[in-house]
Amino acid sequence: MILTLVETTPAGEAIEVSREALTFARSLAAEGGGVPVDAVVVGTPSPELVATLASYGVREVHALTGEAFDAFSGAAWAAGILAVRGSSVVVMAAGTPRGNEVMAHVAARAGVAMAANVLSFSGLSPFVVTRQVVGGSALEEMRLSDRPAVFTVAGHAVEAVPAETPGAATVVEQTPEIAAADLVARVVSAEEPEPDLSGSLKSARVVVGAGRGAGSSDGFADLLELTSLLDASLGVSRVVTSLGWRPHHEQVGQTGSRISPDLYIPCGISGAIQHWAGCSTAKNILAINTDPDAPMVTKATYAVIGDLHEVVPAINEEIRRRRSGS
Amino acid sequence: MSTLVCIKRVVDSSSEVVLTEDGQGVDGRYAGFTMSAHEECAVELAVQIGDGPTVMTLGDADAVEQLRAALAVGCTAAVHVVADAQTFGPADVAREIAGVVRDRSHDLVLLGNDAADSGDFQVGIRLAYELGWPVVNGVTNVSVADGVVTASGAGPDGHETYRVPLPAVVTVLEGGVEPRYPTVPGRMKAKKVPIEERQPTAAPAGPARVRLLLPPPAPSNVQILGKGADAAPAVVDLFEQLGVLAR
Ligand SMILES: Cc1cc2nc3c(=O)[nH]c(=O)nc-3n(C[C@H](O)[C@H](O)[C@H](O)COP(=O)(O)OP(=O)(O)OC[C@H]3O[C@@H](n4cnc5c(N)ncnc54)[C@H](O)[C@@H]3O)c2cc1C
Ligand SMILES: Nc1ncnc2c1ncn2[C@@H]1O[C@H](COP(=O)(O)O)[C@@H](O)[C@H]1O
Repeated sequence: MILTLVETTPAGEAIEVSREALTFARSLAAEGGGVPVDAVVVGTPSPELVATLASYGVREVHALTGEAFDAFSGAAWAAGILAVRGSSVVVMAAGTPRGNEVMAHVAARAGVAMAANVLSFSGLSPFVVTRQVVGGSALEEMRLSDRPAVFTVAGHAVEAVPAETPGAATVVEQTPEIAAADLVARVVSAEEPEPDLSGSLKSARVVVGAGRGAGSSDGFADLLELTSLLDASLGVSRVVTSLGWRPHHEQVGQTGSRISPDLYIPCGISGAIQHWAGCSTAKNILAINTDPDAPMVTKATYAVIGDLHEVVPAINEEIRRRRSGS
Repeated sequence: MSTLVCIKRVVDSSSEVVLTEDGQGVDGRYAGFTMSAHEECAVELAVQIGDGPTVMTLGDADAVEQLRAALAVGCTAAVHVVADAQTFGPADVAREIAGVVRDRSHDLVLLGNDAADSGDFQVGIRLAYELGWPVVNGVTNVSVADGVVTASGAGPDGHETYRVPLPAVVTVLEGGVEPRYPTVPGRMKAKKVPIEERQPTAAPAGPARVRLLLPPPAPSNVQILGKGADAAPAVVDLFEQLGVLAR
């Protein structure tokens, strides 16, 4: 069987990248002649979560419960997963911070290799996966000959698609014994997470994107005006959130939201593979960039070559001019 | 207490990536070398912890450049395990770091969360199992008081805080601290620090790598609407054509 760690939102729903991982698991299971796909969740799953897991073809849901799982500990989660592993030939998760951390613990404890950020597999014997390295600028083919094969699936490498035939998603609650040593490094306090404000970004028809080219936290006025003129949402690159110019919920990409608007307008965004992962399904892309060779420009449908601080105000002006009918 | 910070010499990947002929690594002859941003922050945190940290790397002879960079910003000793890092898998590297930790009696080890080239996301965690110590992963802030490490960072449960007694392993993500620039006296001092050279303790089992590849370049069908502000009318025409211009 294939065992997939499914992470949940604070509201108890399966996160999108975990549903993608389940989709990946199913294609692997099909290749293997119909091996069952099981899920591991932490805490008692809600009926909605169980229904989602069923729709993704999950056979059994192993729910890890008990005090040891009240607060996050990578070692405890890994111990729990290995306790319910049974005869799994594959143990996998989404390539989130938690997913990579827990799978590294699983691999270290089981004495096997671990492949982070896998995009695809190409054959079962030997089992060869292709994963992102060098920040996505290169790919690595890796042979996972140990069992269980342990890996994580890069965010948005595949699309989350429910199964044709749902699974039983039988819930099996388990409270494995967790050693004290595995609970030493555990979260002792957590401030309220930011509420998920990314809903309007994910569903927007038009998204204006902003990257390092915005220049500073003060460089967003024209971009925000364009956003409002188009009744759009603002999406940004990771550089913008890492530098604290804009909040994380606006981030588009592998570690942010995946968007599929009718029109995406990335301004001053180079188009790194992790950003592309979040916007590749946009119907039209209009890139605004000083560099005609930037990957975002070459991959776009349309482009304007130039400084966004000149181009965007001119576009705003033109929209206002046409609206006023002059 | 005694802090060790682990860094890796990696190819600067901000420009175009070129692979070596055998497809086993990235060719840095044109782009140059650096250490990962996460590790720069780990070095900064180690220096702020303030016990005169040791920096170590497993790498070829040229990796001395990265050790000197860490010495120039406040590390006070350096250990160089001389080996070709490309032939070492994450478990091999973890074993070699553990050897250094044991021989030198460090009780806090800081690493990056993931290396900028191989991106394995696991050396710190494997090291913790080698040593039998707790490991806190992916944090941006680290401090130590009375033998207890307090580490925190953003996670799905909010801003998450861990508190673990020494000895411990901590892996760091960039973003919590601003790595300092080396001063001229700092650089001068760094040149004089003797670097302890070591040989690997065992032959590496190696990474599970088959080969590296470059992603195929996507065919470009881009339609250039114009240059600079003059392109604005063409852009707004496009908005009208796509029907995205709300009235
Ligand atoms: C594991 C992992 C996960 C990641 N997840 C994400 C993610 O989810 N989302 C994400 O975005 N990134 C992610 N990244 C980071 C990603 O690799 C890139 O570093 C990032 O997307 C680059 O952001 P950028 O395009 O804003 O900046 P840069 O790459 O620096 O590009 C800036 C662009 O702006 C242009 N420019 C500069 N000035 C101007 C101007 N005045 N006018 C117009 N154009 C201008 C430049 O020509 C350049 O093309 C991830 C990386 C890793 C390793
Ligand atoms: N060859 C090496 N020498 C020293 N430290 C290393 C080496 N390789 C990896 N590390 C450390 O382990 C961290 C995680 O690496 P990885 O698991 O390979 O992504 C890096 O950020 C470094 O701090």
